[in-house]
Amino acid sequence: MTTARTKSLPSADAGPLAQRTPVLNALRSRKLWLAVLGWSIAGVIFFPIFWMVLTGFKTEAAAIAEPSLIFSPTLDSYAAVQGRADYFKFAMNSVVVAFGSTLAALLIAIPSAYSMAFLPTKRTKGTLLWMLSTKMLPPVGVLVPIYLLFRDVGLLDTRTGLTIVYTLMNLPIVVWMLYTFFKDLPKDILEAGRMDGASTFQEVLFLLLPLTLPGIASTGLLSVILSWNEAFWSLNLTSSQAAPLTAYIASFSSPEGLFWAKLSAASTMAIAPILVFGWLTQKQMVRGLTFGAVK
Amino acid sequence: MATLQLRNIVKQFDDTQVIKGVDLDVNDREFVVFVGPSGCGKSTLLRMIAGLESASSGDILIDGQRMNEVGPSDRGLAMVFQSYALYPHMTVEDNMGFSLRLAGVPKAERREKVREAARILQLDPLLDRKPKALSGGQRQRVAIGRAIVRNPSIFLFDEPLSNLDAALRVQMRIELARLHEELDATMIYVTHDQIEAMTMADKIVVLQGGVVEQVGSPMELYHHPRNRFVAGFIGSPKMNFVPVEVTEAGAEGVSVRLPGGESRTIPVDGSQLSAGTTLELGIRPEHLSLDDQGPMAGEIQVLERLGGQTSLYVRMGEQTVTLMADGDVAHRVHDRVRFGFAPDRAHLFDGDGLALPSLERHPLAGLGRQDNRASSSTSSMAGGQ
Repeated sequence: MTTARTKSLPSADAGPLAQRTPVLNALRSRKLWLAVLGWSIAGVIFFPIFWMVLTGFKTEAAAIAEPSLIFSPTLDSYAAVQGRADYFKFAMNSVVVAFGSTLAALLIAIPSAYSMAFLPTKRTKGTLLWMLSTKMLPPVGVLVPIYLLFRDVGLLDTRTGLTIVYTLMNLPIVVWMLYTFFKDLPKDILEAGRMDGASTFQEVLFLLLPLTLPGIASTGLLSVILSWNEAFWSLNLTSSQAAPLTAYIASFSSPEGLFWAKLSAASTMAIAPILVFGWLTQKQMVRGLTFGAVK
Repeated sequence: MATLQLRNIVKQFDDTQVIKGVDLDVNDREFVVFVGPSGCGKSTLLRMIAGLESASSGDILIDGQRMNEVGPSDRGLAMVFQSYALYPHMTVEDNMGFSLRLAGVPKAERREKVREAARILQLDPLLDRKPKALSGGQRQRVAIGRAIVRNPSIFLFDEPLSNLDAALRVQMRIELARLHEELDATMIYVTHDQIEAMTMADKIVVLQGGVVEQVGSPMELYHHPRNRFVAGFIGSPKMNFVPVEVTEAGAEGVSVRLPGGESRTIPVDGSQLSAGTTLELGIRPEHLSLDDQGPMAGEIQVLERLGGQTSLYVRMGEQTVTLMADGDVAHRVHDRVRFGFAPDRAHLFDGDGLALPSLERHPLAGLGRQDNRASSSTSSMAGGQ
């Protein structure tokens, strides 16, 4: 049988093909299982958010009743929430602080990542690790000194104060990410620019930034999201004037016991802007986070 | 006018010295090639000339001006990188015009200069493309075009052809030689490929371990290598080295006993030598010939027929000798053959690897590629007579 097959060309061709079909089938079913697994994990992660949005449209009574998908939706909670605190004031604070701190972090991190990526010294690696190590320290450890410092210089409950803290908080991550993106850029291109007469500033502006824009964008997006979600510092350093949305949510959670529907409505409003923002920029995010890995 | 002088250039990285005191003169409009094995410091030397790397000590002079502290773009040089280093986000036209844009040249003038360079390199139809839409050879030409647009006094090339396939490399080699003629500029070219060096250079600088081994015209290096390293590096296939014993030495020539017992007198100055010393005889494969009366013999181990020529690898005692023979040679593997050489084609190297000076200089030893060009009419006349 085998010899006959190798002698006649068509059947020799058909042999491997016939064998390949089950392999293909196996591949296809593996893909299917992977898809099922992926959707399941996504579902588990997404479910609380989904439930929160749902609860926001329930009455307080329905919210603590037997969990159910069937209820008559109402905007009462939203009205109540808005009646008690001005959402837009908090949202504005969040936007200003998140984007302001991201911008500041990028402005500081781009030159530092540039020098570390293109002009490394013996201490570069150590510096990078040291920067990251500051993220290992629990923020509570520096809360009191920073609080006192802010009180003395009048930065408590100001957007500026919060922006400074967020900038410093995200700086290590931003520098690290930019460093890895910059490192992927061939040094030759910048040297060619230098031969062409570019100053360091022009080198960064005309060559480095346009070429690493996906990376810079995703770094910026991450920084915005991290700042948006930050609660520890915002709760401790702000009260009314500069309080962002995290403080806004928190204000619904404690004083008069738990009101699930109102809390859910507030939370939904707090995450809505960043959710939309993340949705619009997810392509950029994925592209940036896999930048260099896939070429 | 553009000349370059290097005076005792040293480059130190931490504890290692990669360039150990290089002196060099590059004349106006000369095509100089730095050649050497990888890690010999040739690229570092070029980068120091470009200003991308600083010299630890020594002077770099361009047109007599000390340039050590002058920035890369102010030295009046242009460099073509091994990786091409095109700006991926710019079109060919913007790539080539980038230096002019930085210099604040008005758009119309920029356009004109870029078109002019594109014409020389036949890049006109590609000006609107991005680098990733170009083939390797086209990218290379854009990189050269970017250099031309700057109208530099000296062009620097850092292994520009090493990323191209063999056929394209030959074509670009010819194009570069043509470009050198058309632009009439001084060019410094780094390569590890001795064929590129031989074919393009007016002057070759052979580097090894951060030291200049020899500077000279291609034919000088080929016919009068200063030492064993240069002799082995220049020429392909590699020169054969055979240990021999001196039987008689004098200023008129050195007689040596070859493996197999026969003696030959090589026309080199051996006045410092005494009989009984062991030397190395250097003889190029193309200068060995099959000869039934020849002084050396061995068994053919491998035989490579290239059509026009045949390479024979002949086992002679402890070592293998390479021999280039006629394409139609009838021998087979394991045949025993005798072979010989013309004594004036052979070189002798002493214990330190230094060549004993030849008594006569080869008539072509002074020729660079440019001289080849300049004298082509006279030589064709001579051929006609």
